Amino acid sequence: MKISVIITLKKDVLDPQGKVIHQTLDGMGFQDINEVRQGKYFEIDTKETDNDKAKAKVEEMCKKLLANLVIENYKIIDPK
Amino acid sequence: MKSSVITFPGSNCDRDMDVALKKFGFKNKMVWHADAELPKSDLVVLPGGFSYGDYLRCGSMASKSKIMQSVINFANSGGMVMGICNGFQILVETGLVPGVLLRNKYLEFICKNVFVKINDKKNKYFKNVDNEVFEFHIAHNEGNYFCTNDQLKEIEDNNQIAINYCDENGKIEDQFNPNGSIKNIAGIFNKEKNVLGMMPHPERMIDTSLSGEDGSLFFKNLINNLK
Repeated sequence: MKISVIITLKKDVLDPQGKVIHQTLDGMGFQDINEVRQGKYFEIDTKETDNDKAKAKVEEMCKKLLANLVIENYKIIDPK
Repeated sequence: MKSSVITFPGSNCDRDMDVALKKFGFKNKMVWHADAELPKSDLVVLPGGFSYGDYLRCGSMASKSKIMQSVINFANSGGMVMGICNGFQILVETGLVPGVLLRNKYLEFICKNVFVKINDKKNKYFKNVDNEVFEFHIAHNEGNYFCTNDQLKEIEDNNQIAINYCDENGKIEDQFNPNGSIKNIAGIFNKEKNVLGMMPHPERMIDTSLSGEDGSLFFKNLINNLK
C-alpha cells in the first residue's frame, strides 16, 4: 500500500526559499501570487495491508523523523 | 580528563576537534556512530560537518543513529555534551536543546569569523573565562536559530542562551547577526546547562599561525572547569 505525506512549514516560520521562488515567478510575469511556501512530499510503500494501521504507522514516522514539529506540519493523504 | 568525539558519516570537523582536545590535555577517543556504547567520558562532542549529507533536515538522521541513545542517556544523567555546528543541529533534532536551525536568512552559505558574547558564566563551559567576547569561525548554511514564542520565553527565563552574535565590543545588534537567528542566538544550553549547542567552531581558533587563539582560551578554561 502506498501512502503519501506532505510536510509544510508552519505559518509563522520564515521560508526564504519560498520567498525567492515567489520573487522569481513574479519576475517571470506571474504577478498575481500572494505567497509561495515550499514543502516536502513523501511516498511510502508499506507491506501493511490494513488502511488504518498503515496510517497510524506513517503518523508515527512523521512525528519521529519525517517532520520536525517545532517548525513543520504533516498531512497524511488517504491511500486509494 | 577523557573526551569522546562522535564520527558520523559525513562529519568533517571530527579530527580538528580531536587535535584541539588533545592539545589542551584531553585524552580523546574517536567513537563511530554505529557503536552502541560510549567510552567513559567527561565530555562528549558532536562535531561539525554534513552528517548523512544533510538529507531530510540537517542532523535529523544522525540524531537517530545507534550511538545517540547512549549520548542522550549520558546527557540526561548530567554528562557534558557539546555540539558544534552540525553537532548543534543534531542536538536540536534529539530534543536535548530546544528549537531548530533553519536555512540562513539570505540563503547563503556563510564562512567567516564572527564575534560572540558570552551570555552566561554560571555553567561549566564558560565559568572563570576572562573574556566577555570571543572571536570564532562560522561555516554553515543552516544556522538560523528558531524556536516558538513559548520556547523563547522558557529559554530566557532559565537563562539558557549561551552566546549571541555581536561586534568586537560585545554589542548585540541586528547588523551583527549573520544568519537571521532569533535574538542573535549563536548557542544555547539545555535547562541544566550540561548540554551546549553552538554554531561557531572554537576548534578552528587554536593556533595563532592559523587563525587565532580564542578557541585556545575556550578549551583551556573548559578542561580546568572539568578537573
